[in-house]
Amino acid sequence: MEAPKYIKGKEPHKSEYRMIFRNVDRRGWDASIKSYIADGGYRDLKKALKMKPQEVTDEVKTSGLRGRGGAGFPTGVKWGFIPPNNKKPVYLICNADESEPGTFKDRYIVHQDPHQLIEGMLISCYAVGAKVAYIYIREEFPEGAKILEGAIEEARKKNLLGKKILGGKFNCEIYVHRGAGAYICGEETGLIESLEGKRPYPRIKPPYFPAALGLYMCPTIVNNVESLCHVKHIIAMGGREYAKIGTPRNTGTRILCVSGDVIRPGYFEVEVGKITMGELINDVCGGLRKGRKLKGVIPGGSSAKVLRAGEKYTIGTGESERTIGINEIPMDFDTLAACGSMAGSGGVIVMDDSRDMTWILNNINTFYAHESCGQCTPCREGSLWMKKITDRMVSGAGVPSDLKTLTSVGDNIAGRTICAFGEACAWPTQSFVAKFPEDFKKHTSRRNAGKELNPESKAAAAGLKR
Amino acid sequence: MPLLHLLQQEYGHINEESVNWVAEKLDIEPINVLELVTFYPGFRQTAPGKYHIRVCRTLSCAMAGCYETMEKFCEVAGIDRSNVSHHNPIAVSEDGKFSIEFAECLASCGTGPVCLIGDEFHESVKADNVAEIIGKYD
Repeated sequence: MEAPKYIKGKEPHKSEYRMIFRNVDRRGWDASIKSYIADGGYRDLKKALKMKPQEVTDEVKTSGLRGRGGAGFPTGVKWGFIPPNNKKPVYLICNADESEPGTFKDRYIVHQDPHQLIEGMLISCYAVGAKVAYIYIREEFPEGAKILEGAIEEARKKNLLGKKILGGKFNCEIYVHRGAGAYICGEETGLIESLEGKRPYPRIKPPYFPAALGLYMCPTIVNNVESLCHVKHIIAMGGREYAKIGTPRNTGTRILCVSGDVIRPGYFEVEVGKITMGELINDVCGGLRKGRKLKGVIPGGSSAKVLRAGEKYTIGTGESERTIGINEIPMDFDTLAACGSMAGSGGVIVMDDSRDMTWILNNINTFYAHESCGQCTPCREGSLWMKKITDRMVSGAGVPSDLKTLTSVGDNIAGRTICAFGEACAWPTQSFVAKFPEDFKKHTSRRNAGKELNPESKAAAAGLKR
Repeated sequence: MPLLHLLQQEYGHINEESVNWVAEKLDIEPINVLELVTFYPGFRQTAPGKYHIRVCRTLSCAMAGCYETMEKFCEVAGIDRSNVSHHNPIAVSEDGKFSIEFAECLASCGTGPVCLIGDEFHESVKADNVAEIIGKYD
């Protein structure tokens, strides 16, 4: 295949490795099936259909692919959780709810390369034995839903979807289901409830995986858009070859979405672990604005714990143990976890020294207070409580005990809820308060009482020229 | 939910009549429909204007100045947001042409501030170019 050419001004950075985003911003490219097939599309589906389903699953296991939605759980292993003697229908759901603040990768796959997703889904359906698949797309992508529906129609006309796909025995249908603007629908059991036409209250675990009991109480596999696209490439190059991309245990490529105080924010597909935080911010994204210093980074979507510039982290064990700074952190799953945060969904939010962390945390808390589904008391009450505290800090009515209260509320949510939302809303508060106490104390000292300490937000925003 | 989407597309919002109609069609209790309408922020309970604007409020867009964008939208379109609350997020202009609300993360954080007007998506909506965008809707 010839190397694609890209739209002027949107060329990938030289340290990128474009696989999933091969066709994003490509010159002369459109989302039609014609473009896709001319580029060798659906060849991998044909290849997969000649294999046994178990062989496809094995390839995915060999590849070491880890879910790109947030938890980083190995995709092949997840597929293996379908009970072996299962007699019920199996469902596959593509999670296109992309709602973690800071993340904007699936948007481009859905809008510019829908057939890649459909091909990946069909291969995955074949592997897990699903005859019906759903794409749960967030309501805020009305255009994306239309594009997907159009793409599904195109594929059906070419007998790539429906009954007896490509003349074989494999039948599969894909339906697009639109959400209605709730963050919690990104949680897989919440998503399933929503698909069943209910409020998206996450289900009580166990069973820990919907692969055992999911949609309509049948085995269900829920995968992120990006993960399903990777499946196509694993079949194309073989699991073993795929595993050579990236670093051991953190294989393949992943799309990092950078936003916040950098000169060139955007999406960058890189080999997992082959690029460091410093290279990403200073080289790929063009660094910070002139005269500004790095203050902190949220490395994996707003629920990931914040990293403070100047911190030191000890990673590795035994002989390979070493201490690194924030700029030397390789962007992979394991190291970010060792640094006390997570790679999450790949949404990197960069903050420079013009930002007031109380204001930042207040924004995050407002999000979680709005999006808590209200099922578990610690999260329902706690997220709102934390928001109220940071609200009053920002408005100049903070009191000295606020810091302690914030931490205590956060500590009492994490680990005490049905789903991971509890952790997601507590982690920002816990980490921001612990790592930037001076910013918070400014808002709680009696000397500043009644003063609205307006951060430089306005000036900072105005200075974000792109 | 697909039914509710269709109704909202047709009427702009979902009222009691729509809720009862859906319940009857699906042979379920109206409360099972109402609980969805009240839960999902994507379903509107009050009538929006002819063009409904949703401005992203979440972190990356806020850092890029979405609050100023919101102020400007209200100023240009003549919308008063002083009565907005959690249960009543939508404010409508006096002439009924525009309505506005804050939305949580529209997933385009690299090009903030962003907003949706109806089904159309707009990127890098700084306060300076609000008037121009509003001008395109008549």
